Amino acid sequence: MKLALKLAFKNIYGAGLRTILNVIVLSFSFVIIIFLNGVMDGWNAQAKKDTIEWEYGYGQLRHKDYDPYDPYTILDSHAPIPENRPDLTPILIHQASIYPEGRMMNIVLKGIPADQQTLLLPTSHLNAQEKQYPVIIGKRFAASSKLNVGDEVLLRWRDVNGTYDANTIYISAIFDSNVPTIDDGQIWMNINNLWQMTDQVNEATLLVLNETSTPLESTLWNFTSQKELLSTIEEIIATKKISSSIMYILLLAIALLAIFDTQVLSIFRRQKEIGTYVALGMTRRKVVGLFTVEGSMYSILALFLASLYGTPFFIFIKKIGIPVAEADQEVGLAIAERIFPIYGFSLVIGTVIVVVLASTIVSFLPARKIAKINPVSALKGKIQ
Amino acid sequence: MNSISRIVLLFIFGSSLTLQGQSTSITADEILKKVDANMIADTQIVSSEMIVYGKRKSRTIKSKGYSRGSDKHFTEYLSPEREKGTKMLKLEDRLWIYSPATDRIIQLSGHLLRQSVMGSDLSYEDMMEERKLTDIYTASTLSIEELDNRQTYKMELLAKVEDVSYYKRILWIDTARFVPLKEELYAKSGKLLKKTSLSEVKQIQGRWYPTKINYKDMLKDGQGTDFIVNEIIFNPAIADRLFLKSTLKN
Repeated sequence: MKLALKLAFKNIYGAGLRTILNVIVLSFSFVIIIFLNGVMDGWNAQAKKDTIEWEYGYGQLRHKDYDPYDPYTILDSHAPIPENRPDLTPILIHQASIYPEGRMMNIVLKGIPADQQTLLLPTSHLNAQEKQYPVIIGKRFAASSKLNVGDEVLLRWRDVNGTYDANTIYISAIFDSNVPTIDDGQIWMNINNLWQMTDQVNEATLLVLNETSTPLESTLWNFTSQKELLSTIEEIIATKKISSSIMYILLLAIALLAIFDTQVLSIFRRQKEIGTYVALGMTRRKVVGLFTVEGSMYSILALFLASLYGTPFFIFIKKIGIPVAEADQEVGLAIAERIFPIYGFSLVIGTVIVVVLASTIVSFLPARKIAKINPVSALKGKIQ
Repeated sequence: MNSISRIVLLFIFGSSLTLQGQSTSITADEILKKVDANMIADTQIVSSEMIVYGKRKSRTIKSKGYSRGSDKHFTEYLSPEREKGTKMLKLEDRLWIYSPATDRIIQLSGHLLRQSVMGSDLSYEDMMEERKLTDIYTASTLSIEELDNRQTYKMELLAKVEDVSYYKRILWIDTARFVPLKEELYAKSGKLLKKTSLSEVKQIQGRWYPTKINYKDMLKDGQGTDFIVNEIIFNPAIADRLFLKSTLKN
């Protein structure tokens, strides 16, 4: 094996420019695979963290008729809040319309206790004493409705019996959250105000659990765990990972094709050398091994090269993050303005194994031909 | 469904209203019977235009509506090209729309009923109110007022049941012709939500009838929506088949 490694190193060193090109392309594959997957993992972690902190908490109890993907269920999905459960944060959802600058916008009104601590929503602003209906909105909705802190806007809603009512609400704060599902088209107000406005006192559409909460046994409420709530994000990011993998699969394929090509050429051009090895007593299996090690040596060199320029690059990107275009932040997923990649141990080791294994396989495939070579003809330099 | 008829029907009272706080020789019953006599017929065929005023331009939608009583209405839209062939059928508390572009009949329910009718200031829900106002409101007369050079009874209606859309309505009814000339719809908080103005009252088949109605959502900018009656025939014979769901696709 030691001889094989020594010979392999000498041979690929002797190949000069061809080796350099193979190693450079393969090292790009290393860096890009780790980089893209690191970005996806970073996004995944950030999206989960933000969504837990701003929306999901430690799971939710949803009214049995409430379907967050079906706005028609909102009207009838409310029930009295369970007693003696201060750990649960009630949220009452109601449909309404606002009239900024005389145009109508349909919105979702959400009532939440001003003193809640489970979610990061700045609900303390809902206690503004000087106004009857202080509300908070997200930065996205503020931009689309052109509302600013201190603005007053007319709100029209229906109470639980369907009777119209209207009043002025006051924008007491605009929060900056990466989670669009608590922002777009939504207005948050003190649940006490919403109860009084809609005659739905002490009722909620969903209840958010905190870290000390235990699920509730009830026929009125369906428990959805944090893991189930986050599964949607994981599925979306897994799909994104697949689509982004096309790029590095192509790059890796080019590198592997180059190694394969080099191997085929070597075996074709080095027939006398192969014949000599066999004549000197090397088994065919050992010769195949020699050529395979030679091929896989490219990946080892590529790994060294990639770590030379990749490591500072990864550290730099991890420090400054990847800026996300504003348009991409509007797609409905929790995306921060900058994504900070996470390069996990399993990601790096996994990538190394995949690339080394793949280059070994493509080196072995053409080398199998050596087993069929007639050593006498090979020594004579006859092309077989 | 005929929007004009629907708006007009919002003024139908049953009985037992009394004028309060105003010394007058006519009772609310008598006023409303006279209003009914003008406005209500067993059957009606109305050719009308709906003018929806937008910020930049306005749209005119022509339609022909057939109605029998207060619970059966059929409307076919004639123009513009985009709306041509669209049909609406209202039977009691159900509403179906047929769109030729999709060749499908859709029953509107729930949240869809709150949408605007073809971009106007009127929602489908506004057209769906079935109950008599006397069943859901307590009426009183506030005063006799002059409105557009006409003497009117100003009447206030306050909800007496919980499940009404508008907590309060104020009506102005012409004292001589017994035609409603204006209506205001209020929220529980007292905020004015919608206003209807009826004008160009003409004598048709021996009845006084407003041929122009402006419907305005007071929370939105703009001039609201005009309904103009081009032709109205009272008590014609209307075939039963018009009020069948199967007619929508034919």
